Amino acid sequence: MNDVNIVINEKHYTFPGNITILEACNRSGIAIPTLCYLQGVSDEGSCGICVVKVEKSRTFDRACNTIIFEGMKITTESEAIYKARKMNLELALAHHPLDCMTCDKDGDCTLQDLAYQYGVKKSRFLTEEDQISTLKENAWKDNPFILFDEQKCVLCRRCVNACMNTAQVEAIAIANRGHLSKVSTPFDLPLESTTCQFCAACVQACPVGALIEKTRVGKGKLKDFTKTDTTCAYCGVGCNLSIYKDSADNLIMAKGVIGDPTLNNGRTCVKGRYGHEYTQHPDRLTTPLIRKNGVLEPASWEEALDYTAKRLSEIKEKYGSDSIGVLGSSRCSNEDNYAIMKFARATIGTNNIDNCARLCHSSTVAGLAKSFGAGAATNSYSDFSASDVFFDIGSNTTETHPVIAQIMKEHLRKSDCTLIVCDPRKTDITKHAKIHIQHTPGTDVALLNGIMKIILDEQLENTKFIEEHVENFDAFKQKISEYPLEKVAEITGVKAELIKEAALIIGKAKNMMTFYSMGITQHSTGVDNVLSIANLSLLTGNLGKPGAGIMALRGQANVQGACDMGALPNVYSGYQSVTDPAVKEKFEAEWKVTLSDKIGLQATLFGEKGLTGELKAVYIMGENPLMTDADITAVREGFDKIEFIAVQNIFMCETVAVADVVFPSTSAYEKYGTFVNTERRVQLLRPVRKHHPNVMDDWKIVSRLSQKMGYDLGFDSVQDVNREINKMTPSYGGISMERLEKSGLQWPCPTLEHPGTPILHKEGVTKRPNQKGLLHAIDFKPAQELPDSDYPFILTTGRILYHFHSGNETRRTSVLNEFVPKNYVEINPLDAKELGIQANDLVIVTTRRGKLELNAKISERPKKGVVFIPFHFSEAPANILTNAALDPVAKIPEFKVAACHIQKK
Amino acid sequence: MKIYRIHALICAGGQCISAGGDSFESALKKELQAADLAEEIQIVETGCMGSCEMGPMMVIYPEGVVYVRLKPEDAEIITKEHFLKGRPVEHLMWRKEEGAFPRLEEVPFFAHQTKLVLRNCGLINPENIEEYIARDGYQGLAKAIADKDPKLVIDEIKKSGLRGRGGAGFPTGRKWETAYLQTSDIKYVVCNADEGDPGAYMDRSVLEGDPHSVIEGMAIAAYAIGAQKGYVYVRAEYPLAIKRLTHAIKQAKQSGVLGQQILGSDFSFDLEIRVGAGAFVCGEETALLNSIEGNRGEPKKKPPFPAEKGLFGKPTVINNVETFANIPVIMTKGADFFQTIGVPNNTGTKVFSLAGKVNTTGLIEVPLGISLRKIIFDIGGGIPHNKQFKGALTGGPSGGVIPATHIDTPIDYESLNSLGSMMGSGGLIVMDEDSCMVDIAKFFLKFTVDESCGKCTPCREGTKQMLNILEKITSGQGEEGDIERLEELGNTIKQTSLCNLGQSAPNPVLSTIRWFRNEYESHIRDKKCLCNVCTLSSPVKEVKKHARKKISH
Repeated sequence: MNDVNIVINEKHYTFPGNITILEACNRSGIAIPTLCYLQGVSDEGSCGICVVKVEKSRTFDRACNTIIFEGMKITTESEAIYKARKMNLELALAHHPLDCMTCDKDGDCTLQDLAYQYGVKKSRFLTEEDQISTLKENAWKDNPFILFDEQKCVLCRRCVNACMNTAQVEAIAIANRGHLSKVSTPFDLPLESTTCQFCAACVQACPVGALIEKTRVGKGKLKDFTKTDTTCAYCGVGCNLSIYKDSADNLIMAKGVIGDPTLNNGRTCVKGRYGHEYTQHPDRLTTPLIRKNGVLEPASWEEALDYTAKRLSEIKEKYGSDSIGVLGSSRCSNEDNYAIMKFARATIGTNNIDNCARLCHSSTVAGLAKSFGAGAATNSYSDFSASDVFFDIGSNTTETHPVIAQIMKEHLRKSDCTLIVCDPRKTDITKHAKIHIQHTPGTDVALLNGIMKIILDEQLENTKFIEEHVENFDAFKQKISEYPLEKVAEITGVKAELIKEAALIIGKAKNMMTFYSMGITQHSTGVDNVLSIANLSLLTGNLGKPGAGIMALRGQANVQGACDMGALPNVYSGYQSVTDPAVKEKFEAEWKVTLSDKIGLQATLFGEKGLTGELKAVYIMGENPLMTDADITAVREGFDKIEFIAVQNIFMCETVAVADVVFPSTSAYEKYGTFVNTERRVQLLRPVRKHHPNVMDDWKIVSRLSQKMGYDLGFDSVQDVNREINKMTPSYGGISMERLEKSGLQWPCPTLEHPGTPILHKEGVTKRPNQKGLLHAIDFKPAQELPDSDYPFILTTGRILYHFHSGNETRRTSVLNEFVPKNYVEINPLDAKELGIQANDLVIVTTRRGKLELNAKISERPKKGVVFIPFHFSEAPANILTNAALDPVAKIPEFKVAACHIQKK
Repeated sequence: MKIYRIHALICAGGQCISAGGDSFESALKKELQAADLAEEIQIVETGCMGSCEMGPMMVIYPEGVVYVRLKPEDAEIITKEHFLKGRPVEHLMWRKEEGAFPRLEEVPFFAHQTKLVLRNCGLINPENIEEYIARDGYQGLAKAIADKDPKLVIDEIKKSGLRGRGGAGFPTGRKWETAYLQTSDIKYVVCNADEGDPGAYMDRSVLEGDPHSVIEGMAIAAYAIGAQKGYVYVRAEYPLAIKRLTHAIKQAKQSGVLGQQILGSDFSFDLEIRVGAGAFVCGEETALLNSIEGNRGEPKKKPPFPAEKGLFGKPTVINNVETFANIPVIMTKGADFFQTIGVPNNTGTKVFSLAGKVNTTGLIEVPLGISLRKIIFDIGGGIPHNKQFKGALTGGPSGGVIPATHIDTPIDYESLNSLGSMMGSGGLIVMDEDSCMVDIAKFFLKFTVDESCGKCTPCREGTKQMLNILEKITSGQGEEGDIERLEELGNTIKQTSLCNLGQSAPNPVLSTIRWFRNEYESHIRDKKCLCNVCTLSSPVKEVKKHARKKISH
């Protein structure tokens, strides 16, 4: 970009071209008032407040959207400019009520600031009846999230642009024209009947009090709140949030942090925006509990810790270290997980440590490690914009990773990028796809092999990449030849032409990014599925460059971190193998204990090993396996046999209810530490609110307990833990908390000078010992339980936008729970018709393991023969029904396919 | 080819049809059948002849006899007297004041006109491409393609001095050159036929009467800039124009002057019609492009100009109907010829729809630089009932009033602007002594208030507030300071509105305040409408004589 010389207020400046007058003035310290402008979201120039005079221009020009040019002469202040701005301000205020005193946005309102600056006490055009706001009924009336007071609206359109450019939803727009125009939903339908996903980007964009979170109304003004920037504690996107609390430590509202274009940059989803009320919920555990005479009773910390230490020590003494199982947590920080990992290995002396990644991406960790030598997502959000094809398979991206879906949709809208979605359900993201392959659940390997056969047949494989960076091509090719299109079409239930069309697009892509999630991993063939995805990327050379790679979308806020920290039975932090003598020696030297080199138990085996008597005690930090494991009835039977169960949690939940000792811990919005998002970015978690005096950080509970058991973990602060992580984990060597104060860092980041690694396997050079990618010859294997005459439907389970996992947080956030208060089963209209089921009818869903009574939701989303049940609802838990058939390698259960029977009650 | 004794040109323009031209034509056909004259006399349905007030019209060649205000029952006598006996029916003919019966070209209304854009309107059958070709149609396109250098076309247009007839008068050649210089695989040519000014129907008449001239103009533009695709954006209120244009596009494709490999060359250009949905603002070019793209018809910030980044983000030449209709003339007759018409820097002609208090209303085409006086008195035949000429409004709701004192002002872009009006697309409304200027301003402002898209605050809210003040004034509730408030609002709206609709919306008000401030003052201070148009709540009745006296000064 050439430099451009301009004159502002008779002073000379030089800027790189292509910036606006506003940007030039900002950089020069010249203040320009704005109202409708919102950087990166809205620059339509509707308000006419930022006008300046450009020499030779017939009219005034808008600073916000006028690009500077060589020799431009700009005047930013004059009587005429002042008058014009003031007049437009008065016009903006022509219907705006004079009720700042009672407005929630008082003190946080651009209009108010401008009125102050320009001395507009009352617009000359304001009529008597408009002076006081009277809330009119409108499309926003019934939804629990967003309030719209039309009279306060100045039609700046920031909300409309935010809905389009930020949320990528277009649920609201301008209706009518001229002075009758208004912000509206299509045909004034209630907002909840539109495509709105309640991310409230519109609210965040509103410069006045017209759009506001219903949940904050009457709870204070900006001056009453304290703001803290932290990382969202829900999904793996890792949005940066500013959370506001009142003087009584209640979390009131949240905004997406604006500024880092490589991250969420202002975006968040409905859970990030609203899902923080649980932190101040009366159900919070605030005292340790000990089971006495079958009942959990309050106890002191000393008593609970002593008792637990005693029991664990006894069991270890009596049955050996491996009779104890420990669970770290994807909901807890790196420091919490490192501490419990060290506790399991050093204090207890077992590798029986795992976390709920077992239930979500254990197949990824295993599969991608086989193919590339590292089991994590390869690329970053910021390089999606370099893709010309998005291949999204087995991911309900809009609901499970809402902000990633927004980033994807933005790129799709702004470029010629093509989206292909493979999902048995017609989820929201499929609406943005050129091709939607609605295959039968559990047929992913066949589908992917079929696609790769066409690519090979059409000679669209990346020969150069394969030659230089890939091994085992011949065996792979041989296997692929067994998957002709007709066979694949039959297995998957998808039209052959559609598969071919998709394969040709994939084969011809310059840069393809693959996205996948639980639809791939949660199968008894989860690892095979992941290997097939890796195969496709190796075959087409889509690895190690911007816009080309594999985004394994991690589900929980710190599931990546829990794995990175070694809360896994086979590795220490940084995926250092427990069976590697050098690694063992290193940790033994540091920890001054003897460590086990025997790979431990996977979390999904805890129930079974409890039943067999091999597992005598479990220690669980922040997880709820009795809700989230498959076939929970069986798991519960196993847990019943376990002699001693101790848990750390923030709420009473299914697993806490069966514990012998309960330790109340801090929530993610109360602790200091680090989280890792799905692009391997380590980010700071800052305490937003003070925790209850009688609860403790998870790492601290573990440390105290370890001390009681006679081993000092050596941690007096979070920083102590973090320093040990840096020291003992090569890929985290340079990720200090001091550096994270400035911005997140993507591992590997071995030294303090290292900038972090946005793209793994650069140029196709993988992390395997010979630096090559390994192709695998994979056979299609059907799911473990297929429909038959007794159980004719396929049941698949998953998440919904408004709730999260076992529901502990979202079900205790009134606004979310009010919006989706109970469980349901999605049934295809054709199936519903055959079964005589109508919307909201009570139906009984039965599998070989249990049954649930649910309301029917007739929906085009599942394909015929498939039903879907979310798993968030403890009163009707989907996992009573799911099949605990495990992947032989990753031990992940087959949550996505079970045979079921449905009948109307 | 069949030879006919008589050609009867029946105006099939919108006005004549709605005045009953259709019924007259069927009656005439029946009479000709009955008289066994169908083989001797050819009826030609032409486009608008211009003098719409006189419609339904028919011109008989070879004599050039002009029949006006025809009714079905007149068919019999014309057939019997004129066609059978060769005696023109005088009581149905256009009559000069002194009682003479002029031939078409002698009628003053036509005699002072110069027809380039309307060269074929009223003369040829718009549904027959051969008639267009017979009048040198598609020669301009053929010449452009034969010369093999698009740059030559652009140079010719630049040299002609043609300026955009949509109203702003931007040099057409420069616009084309900008688009020509853009590097892009895809470029577009768009014709703005979303004519919306109240009372203006120049573009409709061209589309109805000579659609091929627009198609040819667009094809030449496409050749010049390297476009493959074009759109004509026509308002839905013009069904006849849409019908004739659709037919013409089909014929042009069949004849090889549109579509693939035009005239056997490598040049291909396809044309599609897009029908508007009744929003005036879609006549603003960026709003129009938004509408074609399927978005809400709202203007966008310029720059980037459409020639750089227009339809679907690609370089786009967008001109209005009249501009395109000029192109074939320039290409066939040359820029030098074109420059001889009009005055320097304002070359060529302009079509106006002459309306209001003038004896002969209708569509006229005059060389630029002609005086307002000549238009009103020589062509329009003066003010009815010998009333006083008070002012003329050009530019429709975007324009302003030219007062009687400036009646000798030459009609060119710059002179009109300097008087606070503008050329606009060609509406020309004549007002006499009975027209209340506050009321006129209110009428046009109401139109813009209704048609404002609402995107920017100054236009959406400002024009509404101005209208509120005008309504107050005209109902007798005006107060001191209202005029100044109108001026203050008007200036802000002009300076800070996003598009031309808003930037020009205050013109009718500001120009009437400029020239007729006394009328505003009398409404406000004396609660009197000097022309007795406004009903003021204050019950002071004004005597008309007094009003007349005042204006004649």
